[in-house]
Amino acid sequence: MEAPLVTLQSGPREKLRLAFAVNGEERELLVEPYKTLLEVLREDLGLTGTKHGCELGECGACAVLLDGELALSCLVPAVECGGRAVTTIEGLRDGPELHPLQAAFADHGAAQCGYCTPGMIVAARWLLDRKPDATRQEIADALAGQLCRCTGYQQIYEAVESAGRVLRGLPPLPPVVAAVHGEEPHGR
Amino acid sequence: MMRLPRFRYLAPASLPEAVKVLGDLGPEAMPLAGGTDLVPNMKRRQQTPANLVGLRGLAALRAVSGDAGRGLTLGAMTRLAEVERGPVAAGWPALARAAATVATPPIRNTATLGGNLCLDTRCSYYDQGEEWRRSIGYCMKREGETCWVAPGSDRCWAVSSSDTAPVLCALGAEVTLLSRGGERRIPVAELFADDGIRHLSRRPDELLTAVHLPPVEAGQRAAYVKLRRRGSFDFPVLGVAARVRLSAGGTVEAARIFLGAVGSRPQEARAAADFLVGRRLGDEEVIREAARLAAQVAKPMQNTDLTLGWRKGVAREYAARALRELVG
Repeated sequence: MEAPLVTLQSGPREKLRLAFAVNGEERELLVEPYKTLLEVLREDLGLTGTKHGCELGECGACAVLLDGELALSCLVPAVECGGRAVTTIEGLRDGPELHPLQAAFADHGAAQCGYCTPGMIVAARWLLDRKPDATRQEIADALAGQLCRCTGYQQIYEAVESAGRVLRGLPPLPPVVAAVHGEEPHGR
Repeated sequence: MMRLPRFRYLAPASLPEAVKVLGDLGPEAMPLAGGTDLVPNMKRRQQTPANLVGLRGLAALRAVSGDAGRGLTLGAMTRLAEVERGPVAAGWPALARAAATVATPPIRNTATLGGNLCLDTRCSYYDQGEEWRRSIGYCMKREGETCWVAPGSDRCWAVSSSDTAPVLCALGAEVTLLSRGGERRIPVAELFADDGIRHLSRRPDELLTAVHLPPVEAGQRAAYVKLRRRGSFDFPVLGVAARVRLSAGGTVEAARIFLGAVGSRPQEARAAADFLVGRRLGDEEVIREAARLAAQVAKPMQNTDLTLGWRKGVAREYAARALRELVG
């Protein structure tokens, strides 16, 4: 008997079984082949922290970590994610403590309208996982796929630099916004 | 919100399975590599294959073998982020640089070298949503009759927008195309045709499996410079790739120059390359004349970013920049 033609296939209206790890948790569900990873995260798994932006790979709002690599969830068919590990903004840290990036984004006023923030933080996490002592230029290069239409890049770069310091056991950079408003910074 | 159109998804577990599926389905199927070009095009209904053949499970397409002395074979699914680093950066830095200028970091983590070669051609009348294209009666490349860039034209002028293609052409690289009937190996330059619609010589039943970089020769230098509006995200509005072999005395012994994004395929600047042979690159007059000749093959149309007149004028300057980088 001839071996099956393909190991996995679906009709256009059939669902396929998808088993993958999302933020460290094994998930299994049936998905339509036309659904992107972004759509499955938001609509099937209720993880709405990852944002719909341009939906065409031109803005970075939907960035997640796919097997530890920065990727755009709007461009990846979910059925291609079987056996892989996805980290979203919700999975940045377990427990009630803020991740140093979250604290730094708050302290440095790195979120304005906030729509790009999940993608920015995930992209910054991808960089700092590899290089917590990244220079300003390396930060700018790593975030070159994330658009902030409020154009608040300066504060974003400062926040990433400050979070990198905290991850290296150094004190955070002085948070300009907190200094103005007399607030206690989260990063201390 | 833009969802993908419905399609049947197939995930072959081996290369023979993959080419059997492509052979059976023919033009009804498209291979899915990184998806960073195909997925947005499908969302905008520019490409609507009934079947997608996912290549993720094919480890053979990720293999990298060889070195600068023997030449390097890169599996077609080698991600652009990997092309930026490692053995390519060490032996063929112009190719690494071209890969590093593609789109953005998350896209380079996903996009593949084979996919960048097979990139759909681009045009400001084609890279639009379905509703926009319907409102102008579509265009020749998809569903319509007219080429809106050149309404009297009987051909499509959509633009080859790959950054790696002109460099691979200049380096004299080759690709392997595998089908049920066997495989063929052709120069990268022969993968492309001067037609915005049928821009690849790859048949629908063929899978581009590998890219072969020739051994690095003594005195080899190569460069790639890219023009675009922003320092990230953007496709090239012009790309200049140049490769020379210099004698010990610094005379050009061999040269190849290709211009990207100014035609439906990478354009070879043969007169400029021929002019360089036997001359010394250190002479600014030589660079100016070669750049003038190279710019003559740039035939941009009003269908990309930036204005046409300026793009025509700047081609000479960008060719000169690429050649100056070879002096080093």
